[in-house]
Amino acid sequence: MTFGDSLPFMRCVAMTQRKRPSSTQSSSQRRHTGNLVAQDEDDDATFTQPSTSQVQRGLEKLTPAQVDQKTAEVVQYFLVKDQKKMPVRRADLVKHVVKDYRNIYPEILKRAARTFDQVFGLKLVEIDPKNKMYILVNNLETPDKASPVRSPSNPKMGLLLAILSVIFMKGGVVRENLIWNTLRKLRVDPGEKHEEFGDVRKMVTDEFVRQRYLEYVRIPHTEPIEHEFRWGQRADAEVSKVKILEFMGELHEQDPKTWTQQYRQAHSLPNSSQASTSSSSQR
Amino acid sequence: MSRQMGESHRRFLQTMMVSGVIDEQAAKALYQYCCETHHTQYAPDKLEDFIDTINSRLQPMFMQIRKGMSENNGLQYYALVNMAETDITRMSSDYADNELELFRKTLDLIVCSENGKASSTDILNSTDSMTTRKMKKSETEHLLSRLVHDKWLSEKRGEYTLSTRCIIEMEPYIRTMYQDHIKVCHICRNIAFQCQICENPTCGIKIHNPCVARYFKGKSEPRCPSCDDFWPHEIPEVKRPHSQSRR
Repeated sequence: MTFGDSLPFMRCVAMTQRKRPSSTQSSSQRRHTGNLVAQDEDDDATFTQPSTSQVQRGLEKLTPAQVDQKTAEVVQYFLVKDQKKMPVRRADLVKHVVKDYRNIYPEILKRAARTFDQVFGLKLVEIDPKNKMYILVNNLETPDKASPVRSPSNPKMGLLLAILSVIFMKGGVVRENLIWNTLRKLRVDPGEKHEEFGDVRKMVTDEFVRQRYLEYVRIPHTEPIEHEFRWGQRADAEVSKVKILEFMGELHEQDPKTWTQQYRQAHSLPNSSQASTSSSSQR
Repeated sequence: MSRQMGESHRRFLQTMMVSGVIDEQAAKALYQYCCETHHTQYAPDKLEDFIDTINSRLQPMFMQIRKGMSENNGLQYYALVNMAETDITRMSSDYADNELELFRKTLDLIVCSENGKASSTDILNSTDSMTTRKMKKSETEHLLSRLVHDKWLSEKRGEYTLSTRCIIEMEPYIRTMYQDHIKVCHICRNIAFQCQICENPTCGIKIHNPCVARYFKGKSEPRCPSCDDFWPHEIPEVKRPHSQSRR
């Protein structure tokens, strides 16, 4: 399956990141980010988009080398975040990287997007216009022939793809029980600690959700509380519904067209414009 | 002379980003594949130029695709490395403070050892002198297996060595930090951890195992290239590249 091949992981860490406290758990990191949320939202509220003339004036005061340097830092920051599949929030970007250069922020972001495109073959995509969050998506087309270099196998992605497929084939929303049953059929029991995935429930309802592959939303008025799953914004931007349908076709030895609803869904929008804006209309 | 970056370069770079380190044969196959997939002109002997083009665009981000030799099989490998950090903080987003401290201690053990290895026992014992939060035995073992999985260390029979990727990436840092302790191969002039040493006390030159294999190949009586004393160590076989392009 080429899905795994299309997700870029960066193995080397580029820049000065906040050091994690001495702990072997990742929950401390989550708490850390959680505490910053309120503060960063304030920062974002106070960040007003500079006007074009302000940006021009700002650029005149800086050397090209300075602007290039800052652009490089933004690129590194994104690549590190993308390694963990975490979206980048504009507020964090401005606070931790852009800093004093915030008056030329749109120009920096534009140049970073160009670097992603020209050097890495990645597209900078805004997945949340309201909260200003960005992810990197593969811009290279899926080749017909497989690469001679096998990427390190990523079983999580295989499981995720199974979940996304079920959701898509079922019309885009499913109650959580269906997903748990599907996983059990794949011998991955959400109730038990799994050899490869560890806490399966946590991986599906927390990790995949934070990475924006899935949405896990409470269904109101359910007792006991039930949730439903939908595709997340990253899945919308990265995963090809056409390819899922083709795979389903192979699996069931049917023509993909026999699933008329899903076929229409998959072919209604070209994948690249499914997620909202590209770099040119960034803010 | 750097050409423009094209789709073939980007695909090569994306593969490097996913794989981290690949052997030369895989790199050549990948280069051909990328050129053919994107209908770019392919010249078999131009891999270095191809990589130079990518490197010229990576340079502002302090990233490079660098080449280095494996101390185990003598083959050349390409790794995507971070040039920005002068410390091991390059790993800092993946590892906690105390984990990094233990990695540094492991590095100490390996660099200062004669055979370029650190036993798991020695590594476990070094946790006694940790200044950050101490690690239990199980935590240390778990960390070591993560370091192997993330391709910083290699493990064989309970002994840990630096992976090829680690050596390629950290050579500048190690040269600076351990100036007086590092060994340099007399043949290829690169940093050496696992190597053979001339037994002549006034000589003591070091040669990588694969460099020994190549240098002494076919010689009936191996003699030290520096002091001409008899070279007493077992001469390994020259390893040939195999067709599998894993790792």
